[in-house]
Amino acid sequence: MDRYFDQSIKGVSTGTTILAVKFNGGVIIGSDSRASMGGSYVSSKTINKLIQVHDRIFCCIAGSLADAQAVTKMAKFQLSFHSIQMESPPLVKAAASVMKELCYSNKDELQAGFITAGWDRKKGPQVYTVSLGGMLLSQPFTIGGSGSTYIYGYVDSKYKPDMSREECLQFATNAIALAMGRDNVSGGVVHLVVITEDGAEHVVIPGDKLPKFHDE
Amino acid sequence: MCAKIHYIAPNIYCCGAGTAADTEKTTEILSSNLTIFSMNSGRNPRLIMAANILQDMLFRYKGQIGAHLILGGVDCTGSHLYTVGPYGSMDKKPYLAMGSGDLAALGILEDRFKPNMEMEDAKTLVRDAIHAGIMSDLCSGNNIDICVITREGVDYIRPYQESEYKDKRQRKYKYKPGTTPVLKENVVPLEIQLVEETVQRMDTA
Repeated sequence: MDRYFDQSIKGVSTGTTILAVKFNGGVIIGSDSRASMGGSYVSSKTINKLIQVHDRIFCCIAGSLADAQAVTKMAKFQLSFHSIQMESPPLVKAAASVMKELCYSNKDELQAGFITAGWDRKKGPQVYTVSLGGMLLSQPFTIGGSGSTYIYGYVDSKYKPDMSREECLQFATNAIALAMGRDNVSGGVVHLVVITEDGAEHVVIPGDKLPKFHDE
Repeated sequence: MCAKIHYIAPNIYCCGAGTAADTEKTTEILSSNLTIFSMNSGRNPRLIMAANILQDMLFRYKGQIGAHLILGGVDCTGSHLYTVGPYGSMDKKPYLAMGSGDLAALGILEDRFKPNMEMEDAKTLVRDAIHAGIMSDLCSGNNIDICVITREGVDYIRPYQESEYKDKRQRKYKYKPGTTPVLKENVVPLEIQLVEETVQRMDTA
């Protein structure tokens, strides 16, 4: 086992590409599906990085898999309790705040970052990013993970506010495919979840159906 | 010889790789807790619960417990296979390999695994995967044990296959008294003194 460990993240890490984008009527949250150890071994080709923390709120995870799974478990429990007490579904901002509180209070021990996105009745579709140290920021779209560095140019130039659902799906798929093509610790299939007032729909795009960009 | 497949519940068994003491004790603790839970709630334990308990415990210990575990079994929701790492990461897969020989075994599994295999084909595949680990990894060896868990019950086959590479003792290794000559003998009596005596009556009524 020790041959894998010269990465800063102990254990299995999701060197990853994650993103979330608002569109007209909802959000699309997406990720790749690779989990690696030490940057040279793919420990899982089909890991789930889109965790459902409530009916219409999802989190995507980046960083140490163990830390991210522990935080999202805790967040799921706290949100569920909160929504029972309030007798109504939680706001996306509440979910993001729960993640932020956990990340900030335990910043010395944890190595995980998150993107929280979803739909609620008060403000509709929203995207929040919770970084490693516990910073919480609301944005119209956001990208994260090691693969995101390769697609900042693409998303900055191609994003338009108020896209349609199909345009947004294509935008998200292209962005993740481009990142997977350049980043060695991102790969596998593309997982997308479309969250609207009507619910959450999971779309999986296998490797052979991904868009190709001059890949000969 | 070493038994690496640990009992968790009548329908759940766990293979452990890594630090042997850690895998032994962690699985024992899990088994106790699940038994208590079963008695209290009147429900049979589920794989997902066992995996969650392991994940919580190993995460709390921040990787200091070197247990790389594969949990498998059949419960009311179907048959499942989970892996839990020492830092507390969990994954669910149709086939898994852990330990120092995992890459060798995974090569076989990746090549020949198909969903909905027949039981005998599955047993052969597992045997071949472990065999690959034994041949390619110096830290794996000796016998192959297999545990088959179905809705009907558990078949713990120990050993499924004995080592094909056992050797016979070449000579007799018992030596006659006097083989090693005694050169000198020195006897020193130890002086033992009675320092204190207390008598306490016990009430054994």
